[in-house]
Amino acid sequence: MKRLESVLAHLGVIVGVVFAVYPLLWVVSVALSPGAMSSHAQALPWPESPSLDAFADVLGLRDGHSAVFARQVVNSLVVSLATAAVAVAVATPAAYALARFRFVGKTWGTRTLLATQMFPAVASAVPLYLLLEAMHLLDSRAGLVLVYASTAVPFAIFQMRGAFDAVPIDLEEAAMVDGASRAGAFWRVALPAVRPAIAVTALFAFMSAWNEFILAATLLSRESAFTLPVVLQRYVGEHDTAWGPFAAGAILVSVPVMALFYVAQRQLVAGLTAGGVKG
Amino acid sequence: MRRLFALLLVAAIVSVLPACSEPPSIVLWHSYRGEEERALVELAKRYEREHGLHVELLALPFDAYTAKLQAAVPRAHGPDVFIDAHERLGIYRREGVVAPVGDAVPPEDVGSYEPTALDAVTIDGSRWGVPLSTKCLALYVNDDVPAGAPDVYPLAYEAENPYHHAAVLSAFGGALLAPDGSYGFDDDAAVRSVLYVRELIAKHAIPGDANGALVKQLFASGRARTSIDGPWLAADLPPSLHFHVEPLPVVQETGRRMRPLLTVEAVMLSPSGARRPEARAFARWLGGPEAALVRATEAHQVVASEPAWRDPRVAGDPLLAAFHEQARAADPMPTSTRMRAVWVPVQEAMRRVFRGEDARVALDDGKRRFEDALKPPPPPPSPAPLAIALGALALVGALFAVRRARTPGFRQQLRESRTPYRYVAHAAVVVFVLVVLPLAAGALTSLFAGTRADPRYVGLGNYLAILTARGGPLLGHGSFYVTLIVTVLWTVCNVTLHVAIGVALGVVLSRPVMRLKGFYRVLLVLPWAVPSYVTALAWKGMFHRQFGAINAILSFLGVQPVSWFSHFSTALAANVATNTWLGFPFMMVVTLGALTSIPREVLEAAEVDGATRWQRFRGVTVPLLKPTMLPAVVLGSVWTFNMFNVVFLVSGGEPDGSTEILVSDAYRWAFTRDAQYGYAAAYAVLIFLILAAGSRLLSRVGGEATT
Repeated sequence: MKRLESVLAHLGVIVGVVFAVYPLLWVVSVALSPGAMSSHAQALPWPESPSLDAFADVLGLRDGHSAVFARQVVNSLVVSLATAAVAVAVATPAAYALARFRFVGKTWGTRTLLATQMFPAVASAVPLYLLLEAMHLLDSRAGLVLVYASTAVPFAIFQMRGAFDAVPIDLEEAAMVDGASRAGAFWRVALPAVRPAIAVTALFAFMSAWNEFILAATLLSRESAFTLPVVLQRYVGEHDTAWGPFAAGAILVSVPVMALFYVAQRQLVAGLTAGGVKG
Repeated sequence: MRRLFALLLVAAIVSVLPACSEPPSIVLWHSYRGEEERALVELAKRYEREHGLHVELLALPFDAYTAKLQAAVPRAHGPDVFIDAHERLGIYRREGVVAPVGDAVPPEDVGSYEPTALDAVTIDGSRWGVPLSTKCLALYVNDDVPAGAPDVYPLAYEAENPYHHAAVLSAFGGALLAPDGSYGFDDDAAVRSVLYVRELIAKHAIPGDANGALVKQLFASGRARTSIDGPWLAADLPPSLHFHVEPLPVVQETGRRMRPLLTVEAVMLSPSGARRPEARAFARWLGGPEAALVRATEAHQVVASEPAWRDPRVAGDPLLAAFHEQARAADPMPTSTRMRAVWVPVQEAMRRVFRGEDARVALDDGKRRFEDALKPPPPPPSPAPLAIALGALALVGALFAVRRARTPGFRQQLRESRTPYRYVAHAAVVVFVLVVLPLAAGALTSLFAGTRADPRYVGLGNYLAILTARGGPLLGHGSFYVTLIVTVLWTVCNVTLHVAIGVALGVVLSRPVMRLKGFYRVLLVLPWAVPSYVTALAWKGMFHRQFGAINAILSFLGVQPVSWFSHFSTALAANVATNTWLGFPFMMVVTLGALTSIPREVLEAAEVDGATRWQRFRGVTVPLLKPTMLPAVVLGSVWTFNMFNVVFLVSGGEPDGSTEILVSDAYRWAFTRDAQYGYAAAYAVLIFLILAAGSRLLSRVGGEATT
């Protein structure tokens, strides 16, 4: 019985993996095909005459004109990590307060926060530009981080609030009976208990910043400040798109994210094996 | 833990401090790449060497280029000079992005430019750019493939693309936009031209729904003998291919030659750049014969400078000469801002005809949609009624607040609120300044019509127009209500699938005894990790009727291939499949995070009590998952409701705009229908109101999920 269940579980997951990976194999196939797109109807994503030229182009190994510069990798990392740090740092205490306290304006504030997520961004790009201009943060990574954080913080607050709600309040009360302050209970009891949620929140904030290019290209006007997606998006032209290098670049860009997720997912598991909250 | 936070925050702030300003020089923005970019870099270096002026180049992605210019230049953050196509001069002039070039084209230079190119940048008697090069379609012929070869398309081109069809249309004596700015794609010439192409597709003389990449592949692999394409194709063809380029052919049915649309790329000056003599001097030099020679020989540009063509390296290049000849027999693209509103109705009409609908009806609908999109804004009403209403609303709010403050115990509550306020203060400031303020400012623009440079107050006119379907039938094509129904359908399908797949995988993957868990997890999160722009287009390719992988799999299974984007249901299914794929890893990760807070003892206790697996899932896992999952589900629904790029990239609204959702309509109003930002903002506010009402309703039904 256990064995059958295990086989079924693996089968289910493998179906999911095939669904997840199959379209990506097409992206890989495009990156490996010199002619970019297949003109034959085929079910298996096998490139017609595979070559690594597109990857070499992106890295500048063929003509010395690299599209991916170390500078932009650093920018992307700095901006995305800073976005994740700001989002978690700003959202976590607020989420804690929403989960643990009653205060004047709580309901109203939460509704406003949710409401901001319902507003399509189509109309707010220009006001954001003017706001950053007024703060003298146009053309700076700090400004970009603030803009990205503004999209990441509301989600982070909701996500962290849910996590705090799931933590039994008894632990903190016990700590406070033992003489800990409210702040001490927050830092030493509640925060470690929501570590998996922090990992998820940070990952989300990182991802939203890592792949964004429209705002980055609009707000930054120095090549030295550009992030990776801005440089990558240059393969898409008005009349034609260099599909091979574009796909190759997209694959290269996603490698750090996967590395990060691999680290983050250990956090997710660590929560389990550490015995969770009841510890 | 606290120290870690402080450290992270300090590191974040230090690392992103703004850099110092650059020394004075002129700034040039462009979206060139490849050999064109390399030639430009070389020319800038040469100019610095010879004239002592540093030209700072900034290469931008084309997708963000126009929007960036429109945001930056009017606020004086833009470049001194920039390179763009002449057809965008209309919108740039209206938004204050360009200024006349003045002495960058002095009288003595006039004779040295291709007259058509110079005409194209001349509007109302002033020159708005220095012509660099011309781009237009011509006929590529594969010399290795004999005419009439079996299993080879005689011709391949993007038949559904209005830009390409304009050349066919010209042979029937028509034009997309008449010289007086009225819609041109509704006359007999237009009807005959689409029916002619439909016939060609039916006879397999040309492939039906071919995009640029497919045309390139068909031609490069010898499966199409000729192709109508621009100069950009040549750089992508394999060096072993024997081909030549010649002017577009005569359409036998009319005996007239096709004339493609001509784009003139030009150096343009921003208003601040036009005031700087050194910027004008550089623009003149970049368009002049010396620089043109470099651009022609190294970047293979069809340069607009006549003297450069006297050089044998330029005149002797058969490819350049062919495009040069074609450029002289081409019609410059209209610069009118109305041209921007032409493409979508024309393409929708063409696709309907190619699907077999009546040409007359489809083309007349196209004209109606064009005129509807460009309907002039309502006359400006008095702002008084709205001001009074807002004032009254503020008064009621204030009264309410005062009454609340008077209630007994309020001071006590306020005093108790001091501790929590310390926890929420910074988040409140961040959210208010960075989220609420820009949104409020955006919402205010919904009360205006016209351009950003010259907004006109219209009160609730935009809302009224949307809610009355602009005077058309309330359930007619593209009306607010029809789109709303599609949007709700889209959201429900997506969120259901996201949650079902995400939670199922999350639950299975958190089984303690599962092997290879880490491996599976990383593979399953891949759709989230790769930039969605690329993957969404990969999905679109998979759904291609003729060459897509999905139909290949179907035919392998013995099922008839499906024309995915011809029917509403299959097109919606394609969109939903793509978005489900993009979104389920997020739900899976959230589930994994949430499951860690479920103590294993509880599940074990339930197992000991004899609960079945399903009972344990329903009775223990689900209730414990709920608090952490709910915010993700609520926000996920909201985001999906406003998820515009998948619809835009995969179905593109096909068939006939029926799979558009509300937010993609808002974007169309802002970016393809004559830049009606106020109208787009009104859409945004309406979307907001619908979602707000919807979530209130749901929270009434489903408990306090959202408060």
